[in-house]
Amino acid sequence: MSEPERLRVCALYPDLMNIYADRGNLLMLRHRCQWRGMGFELTGAGIGEPIDADGADIYYMGGGQDRDQELCAADLVAHKLEALRSAAARGAIVLGVCGGYQLLGHDYQLGGRVLPGIGLLDVRTVRSEGARLTGNVAIEVDLPHAHERVLAGFENHGGRTQLGERASPLGRVLRGHGNNGSDGYEGARQGTVIGTYLHGPLLPKNSWFADWLISSALGGLALDPLDDELEEMAHAAARVAAGL
Amino acid sequence: MDTLPAKLALARTVGLAARASGRGGGTSLPGRLLLRLDARALQRLASQLSQGRYVISATNGKTTTAAIAASVLERAGRQLVRNTAGANMAGGIASTLLAATRADGTLSGDCGLFEVDEFWLDSVSGQLRPDALVLGNLFRDQLDRYGELESIAARWTALVRDLDQATALVLNADDPLVADLGRDRDAAIYFGVEDDRLALPERQHASDATHCRRCGHAYVYDAVYLGHLGHYSCPGCGWQRPVPVLQARQVTLDGTSTASFTLVYGREQRPVRLKLPGLYNVYNALAAAALCVRAGVELDTIADGLESATAAFGRAETIELDGLAVQILLVKNPAGTNAILQTLALETGALDLLAILNDNIADGRDVSWIWDADFEPLVPHVRHVVCAGRRAAELALRFKYAGLARDRLTVEPELSRALDIAAGQAHGRLFALPTYTALIELRAELGRRGAASPYWSDGA
Repeated sequence: MSEPERLRVCALYPDLMNIYADRGNLLMLRHRCQWRGMGFELTGAGIGEPIDADGADIYYMGGGQDRDQELCAADLVAHKLEALRSAAARGAIVLGVCGGYQLLGHDYQLGGRVLPGIGLLDVRTVRSEGARLTGNVAIEVDLPHAHERVLAGFENHGGRTQLGERASPLGRVLRGHGNNGSDGYEGARQGTVIGTYLHGPLLPKNSWFADWLISSALGGLALDPLDDELEEMAHAAARVAAGL
Repeated sequence: MDTLPAKLALARTVGLAARASGRGGGTSLPGRLLLRLDARALQRLASQLSQGRYVISATNGKTTTAAIAASVLERAGRQLVRNTAGANMAGGIASTLLAATRADGTLSGDCGLFEVDEFWLDSVSGQLRPDALVLGNLFRDQLDRYGELESIAARWTALVRDLDQATALVLNADDPLVADLGRDRDAAIYFGVEDDRLALPERQHASDATHCRRCGHAYVYDAVYLGHLGHYSCPGCGWQRPVPVLQARQVTLDGTSTASFTLVYGREQRPVRLKLPGLYNVYNALAAAALCVRAGVELDTIADGLESATAAFGRAETIELDGLAVQILLVKNPAGTNAILQTLALETGALDLLAILNDNIADGRDVSWIWDADFEPLVPHVRHVVCAGRRAAELALRFKYAGLARDRLTVEPELSRALDIAAGQAHGRLFALPTYTALIELRAELGRRGAASPYWSDGA
């Protein structure tokens, strides 16, 4: 008999980059693996702590307050850049939500200051003087081997993100603002690196996407179905809240 | 010529018209109109309050702290003018003062007690010119409404910097974000809990304020009581939790009904048995006691007032529905919810719950906060949960991922049907956990069933 499959998740700055209930995303991944009899291993890496480029199948970074995001930006570049680059190069999933998304790009301009990013996504973000982009949001995505096409969530960001040539948008905005409130796109994808402004949190509102991440991170593993009645109701309610 | 009386009359007429139109509850319309007519109306009306003006703000516990302080101040003979929870921004406070103004322009009370929304605190307190400003705590709240915690902390810092020296600052020593505000001020009055038996093994998940506001170093905690409240120090700059002049010692928590402690003020102490549950209400009682000390009330009167204070609207109040005791515990953000879940877990016996999650503006449209609250410790105590409200399914999902078996969960978004199911299943008592607009709906529904009065007739 072969070893049961095991998902290894590394949360980046779980104590600082967690403002939009990012724990909900990690809970979804954990339970949906465990209910299928799969192993689940969660590690965290805080300020000053190195990460293992081969140690996880999914690297996750959530959002933080400005001050915390600034601390993490400097630390990412100093301590985690090389490992994350090589993890992405070997096909590990790197998922950034909200502030985490911004830091996966080249940089984030906040007034006179520029926070460095790690450039895994060819995107740049600029803090706008205008109103924060806040509200329920739904986007249409087209992901390989995925049967579902809609992600619903909540966005709340002051930064406007523009995509460069090498990044594709994660999806097309159906309702809400998206990357910058003007070009109709949301999030970014570049190989196995994914960034999005959808929190709320993202995965409890889109259990199919949690499964897509698990499957993709484990080389396209086929997953047993689960009783997702409540998950589907929550997804439907999030779509309705966004106006779909 | 002073045109204030005419403005008051006009604003009052509008208020009566709004009430007559049946919109009900906590309307801030007349107050907002009054402020449009006279931007200094708050100051002009409040300045008549000769026996003191007291302002309370916090993320959690404003309403209960005000209710406890009112119990003491009324006992001390003050004639209070006070606002309700639904009227805690500038317009609502102006409405409150307007409603207390007699035809001759004088006020019907002599002492002002105002709970103020944390985001409106700077503009409102500048006009009210309080004798004491009580700041209870700062927790992560509804981010889509209030923005980041840091931005509120920065606003409060600026507010305190510009505060008149005549205003006493009353601060929670156990909340580093709040206590830090008194660092550069001579005469801050601190309150706090001194009881190591209450210490939690670690900080709760959604704890904020992990790093010193002055030097950025991570705080070190000797004891954590609730969220990020506790005994802390900063190894970076040496800042220590201030020693509180008002303390709660020997705290005993008795389920969802009562809490008792020894109130210590300087060398004096009094035993206090609250009719309110949970450590969070011990903090509310301490905040109220500190306010009343500043107001010059005797310690015996304070202790009596604390003991006779009853639950504020939707804050652990119990309503009888056809022989079923329905206890209502408002939930609105992770820290407040954690405090309530912690308190519920103290109850003996299995719990029947009606949990109601709405996503209207007053609830916060972003419901992500439920994933920051620690439902896990409550799950072993739950017999059944009926989830209701606009986001009922996601709340049910939160219980499921906290480990609650699927057959202990019912999803019924529509409140009236959900109440029927929950009441039908409950064994003698039901705990209702509504968000803010759900609380209003639940009270109205209970009222229709003859169990509770509509909330705007609830008094203050």
